[in-house]
Amino acid sequence: MNTIKCSTCGHPNKEGTTICGKCGKPLDNDQQGTLLNMRYDGSAIRSKTKNRSIVDKTWNFFSSIKVGVTLIAIALVASALGTIYPQEMYIPQNVDPALHYRDQYGLSGQIFYQLGFHNLYNSWWYMVLIALIGISIFIVSIDRGVPLYKALKNQAIKRHPNFLKRQKLFGEYTDYHAEDKTRFINNLKKHRYKITEKDGHILAEKGRFSRWGPYVNHLGLIIFLLGTLFRFIPFMYVDDFVWVREDETAVIPSTNQQYYIKNEEFIFETYGNDDEDEIFEAALQNTNGPVPKHFETSAIIYEDVSKDVIGSEPELKEVKSGEIIVNEPLKIDGLALYQDSYQLNEFQTMSFKLHEVDEEEEEAIVEFTVDLTDPESEYVFDNGYRIELNRFYPEYELNNGEPRSKSNYPRNPGFVFFVYGPDIEEREASFLAIGQNIPSGDNQYKLSLTDFGVRDVSGLKVRKDLTLPIIGLGAFIFMIGVVQGMYWQHRRIWIHQATDRIYIACHTNKNWYGLTKEFEKIIDGTSFTMVRDQEKKNDA
Amino acid sequence: MDKIEQAKQKKQVKKRNRFIFRSAILVVLFGALLFAVVSNLTAEEEAAVDIKDQAPDFELNRIANNEDTVESSLQLSDLEGKGVMLNFWATYCEPCEREMPYMEELYPKYKEQGVEIVAVSVDATELVIDKFVDQYNLSFPILHDKNSQVLDAYGIRPLPTTYFIDENGVVVERVLGELSLERLEGYLQQIVPEGT
Repeated sequence: MNTIKCSTCGHPNKEGTTICGKCGKPLDNDQQGTLLNMRYDGSAIRSKTKNRSIVDKTWNFFSSIKVGVTLIAIALVASALGTIYPQEMYIPQNVDPALHYRDQYGLSGQIFYQLGFHNLYNSWWYMVLIALIGISIFIVSIDRGVPLYKALKNQAIKRHPNFLKRQKLFGEYTDYHAEDKTRFINNLKKHRYKITEKDGHILAEKGRFSRWGPYVNHLGLIIFLLGTLFRFIPFMYVDDFVWVREDETAVIPSTNQQYYIKNEEFIFETYGNDDEDEIFEAALQNTNGPVPKHFETSAIIYEDVSKDVIGSEPELKEVKSGEIIVNEPLKIDGLALYQDSYQLNEFQTMSFKLHEVDEEEEEAIVEFTVDLTDPESEYVFDNGYRIELNRFYPEYELNNGEPRSKSNYPRNPGFVFFVYGPDIEEREASFLAIGQNIPSGDNQYKLSLTDFGVRDVSGLKVRKDLTLPIIGLGAFIFMIGVVQGMYWQHRRIWIHQATDRIYIACHTNKNWYGLTKEFEKIIDGTSFTMVRDQEKKNDA
Repeated sequence: MDKIEQAKQKKQVKKRNRFIFRSAILVVLFGALLFAVVSNLTAEEEAAVDIKDQAPDFELNRIANNEDTVESSLQLSDLEGKGVMLNFWATYCEPCEREMPYMEELYPKYKEQGVEIVAVSVDATELVIDKFVDQYNLSFPILHDKNSQVLDAYGIRPLPTTYFIDENGVVVERVLGELSLERLEGYLQQIVPEGT
């Protein structure tokens, strides 16, 4: 790292410095006549060192505003593209995504899918992109924030005349009185400028804190990004789901089997059942099927107080009960249970009667009910008949001619019964399912479905999010930074006392118009004239 | 000469400090990036219990599938000292059904060598498990996880999922999905306790 020695005061400046840190003399001798670039007060940003190690090279890459803006632009474009078609999680669950995008949106949909945009916001490269933006923001803040802070904290009151001469707003006065200067300073104080003086040279300054707006901004963004990162820590963020059947107690996932939930009742109301709903009659006729009006789960939450090993029968203590309505979750221990989905009328019980094959209307020989949640394998009757449930398929389907169950849930139950009786030689087999009643061979007796009981299933979303306060804090700090940088300006006025004249120069980081207007008021009652806008002169 | 030396030294110190500072920050930032990407990629197939973890203990009721089944329940910690193949399955799961005969075939051989096969069914009703066991004549212990507590504790997503646990209760292998006979035997060999 080379240093540049100031030709006037001899202060060694870092390479890349454009204005001497001590006396304020411009160091770019070849560009006299042009206005000074006051960015970071002319101090060198930290990345302006010769690339030596790989660390420095990486650092310099991320410290570039150009790189940062490019990353943000790429992220913006990618995010926008991801919203063109729905993300994978929002398309129907039972379709193949590859086919769905092609069928629904044609060629563009297929391209969308093949480029991986269907799962954009969870894709590794999108995450990397966002993380790189975070890294860029962090490094840029250090790289530019620290030198700016140093430059502003240690700024010299006396500045080299060339520094003043090359400011945008500049005035040179030979004809003035001492009281003009006093009055000028008093006016500055009235406009809430902070005055510092050294050997007759004056620096008036206000609103310096607004310069930290962007850095406060960046801090907020970094906290925000950290918050989103914390979502990957299981204890901070839970997003789970549980099906609970009416009258059933299920373990709440993601609670280490600590909590259980019982579905007391699932209440489902549709439009059209109420007198008040008459007004919707016309609208309802245009829809297929009922329109849900209200659904809620009345639930009890239990805590397992037994210290037993997992799997043993839990000892449940009621801790809370209440209704779960769409946006009114039941909360326990930071965990919120939301009403999310439902399945109506799942079979719970089925009743059968045994009768003679030929006479359907004949009175039942025996009647029995199978509890589908816990079927018994044998039903024995006093009159000598015995029925064995040989096979039970909760969700029956035929698979290559073989009956089997598709799932655990009695949505389409199928049964194989063996009937034994005093007048039956060995046994009679019957297969029963919804719409199917297949006796094997030449059965003497037949089983028929007489009745069934149903229950509803409530789908509950289990959510916990401790990252929201962090994300909120980040957003809040971000807004503070925005306000700080937006509504105040850093204004500085230098008065350089030379032997026979006075130089006045003004600088602001924005709103030059406001500064000129303010300057007009400050010179009120003095013999000082308005400062020249040197930029305008150059244009003319 | 002295002054130049001093200046040079100062510059060296500065350069070193800068290097340390920048490296530290870059390491932290890229560490965070790596954490985010890795946890995102593993999030979907992540199980609560992974390789090298201690297998959580549990106790479940046994399905009486064998005449000499005396105990009505089985606790995992009772099998300490033995290798344990822990298979999560259900009757309605076809791949689970396909690997059952393999397990039955290898069970007697590895039982002798100190390896126990334990199959945890997540079926809703005992009846269907009972009938399934009859159909396949399974002789190894079948447990019924009626309330899905063990399923939840192990964070099982796809069925079947199989854990191979060594004699100290540490998970040696975790297999998502169906096993072939050869792979099954290979994994079983890994958990044969030493000295038998």
